[in-house]
Amino acid sequence: MLRAELRLSLTARLMAQKFLAGGWLFGVACVLLLALAPALAQLAVPALSSHVIDTTATLNTEQVRQLERKLSAFEQTRGAQVVILVVPTTQPEDISSYANRVSNSWKIGRREIGDGLLLVVAKNDRKVRIEVAKTLEGAIPDLAAKRIIDQAITPRFKQGDFAGGLNAAVDQVMALITGEALPVPTAAPEGDGDGFQWMDLAIFVFFAVPIVGSVARGILGPKLGALATGGAAGAVALLITSSLLIAGVAAGLALLYALFAGLLPSLGGSGRRGGGGWQTGTGGFGGGGGGGGFSSGGGGDFGGGGASGDW
Amino acid sequence: MTRWFLIFMTALTLSGCGYNDFQRLDEQTKSAWSEVLNQYQRRADLVPNIVATVKGEAAFEQDTLTKVIEARAKATSIQVTPETLNNPEAFQKFQAAQGELGSALSRLMVVAEQYPNLRANDGFRDLRVQLEGTENRVTVARNRYIQAVQAYNVLARSFPTNLTAMVFSYPPKPTFSVQNEATISAPPVVDFNKK
Repeated sequence: MLRAELRLSLTARLMAQKFLAGGWLFGVACVLLLALAPALAQLAVPALSSHVIDTTATLNTEQVRQLERKLSAFEQTRGAQVVILVVPTTQPEDISSYANRVSNSWKIGRREIGDGLLLVVAKNDRKVRIEVAKTLEGAIPDLAAKRIIDQAITPRFKQGDFAGGLNAAVDQVMALITGEALPVPTAAPEGDGDGFQWMDLAIFVFFAVPIVGSVARGILGPKLGALATGGAAGAVALLITSSLLIAGVAAGLALLYALFAGLLPSLGGSGRRGGGGWQTGTGGFGGGGGGGGFSSGGGGDFGGGGASGDW
Repeated sequence: MTRWFLIFMTALTLSGCGYNDFQRLDEQTKSAWSEVLNQYQRRADLVPNIVATVKGEAAFEQDTLTKVIEARAKATSIQVTPETLNNPEAFQKFQAAQGELGSALSRLMVVAEQYPNLRANDGFRDLRVQLEGTENRVTVARNRYIQAVQAYNVLARSFPTNLTAMVFSYPPKPTFSVQNEATISAPPVVDFNKK
């Protein structure tokens, strides 16, 4: 910004030498315009961290957990992603354009199918909106969304029963989505989430450890380098899997590997074994259980369908 | 050999000059435009139902009603082709007609608020929800069209791709603007004395 202004005023000076006053005026006007460029006063899109995001602390932990459990169970059985967002206000934007902006930047819904739904509550504006992805517009037409708002949400919200209203709305939404013939997620057996994490870990061990290990050994020497590699591997594994056991195993493996590679330099060079050929086979949405780990499927396209209401 | 080399070089320079980008963005604006038309059509299809429901209200303001009917007739009479995109005049005409229909409809909805029978009518309430949803979709579709045209126009105007645009005749495309700029920029009159 500053540099641009500087450059602009420089060019303005050059022009002034050529065109005298006219050039100066133009340059000054340009700089003024730059300084006056209006900042876009829009609310930032919150980070998509779970199925239920409450920035107003209206719901207590137990209510959030209950809704979260319901929605993630629904996602695992039916595949559709339903997200609730409670914000204090959407000003200066209209709730419908805010909901559309948020949902399109989150892109909730499975990648290939795009079955997402966003329920936005603007608490201080006393407005609520159900934003429906294009895929679900058949299952939940605007009229159905409006009916859910009128019958399930607003009567309860009027009495201050936010959790009850959201629960009832979610139940109706899930019933409507269940009635639609959408493909169910392909075989998501127990421990599906674990498989994902193991794969990440395996990739990490096979590719990152040799590289990090050799760099660390180069800088810190063989033993200290191996120790650093092990520590780093453990830390990353802990981040990925949030399991101390796995992190410990990873740290130990990396430590051993780095030590051996240090003792046998010829092995360090060709450290990558043939480790290709993993296939996930699942629909490709990170649906960890109740403990977070929720991420958008990235397929939802929101064309403005849905309905708004107030209470 | 030299000929093949020349052909190869031409292909390379063409893609380097953004020829393929023009194809991609041109197609993108066209599909965004189709979506706009689609949603406008959806709105036009709703109007007869709304008119029929409102007509059931005997004492309804005839003036408002006829305005909606006329605006719809005008809006649907305009032939829209993909060529409309490359013809700013036709585009303006289309936009003006749709804008007229939009304001006539919103006026109708405001007036309808004064009729308790209409407000209590389930059919009318449903139509109102559908109209709201359609207007919302129109907004989103227009927004996407504006963004698609923006990407296209930046390419068509900036150097060196503007030369490609000149050679293959890809002129900048028209985009939506506010029709009633003067009305909007005038401050609203607040008068509490009027009853």
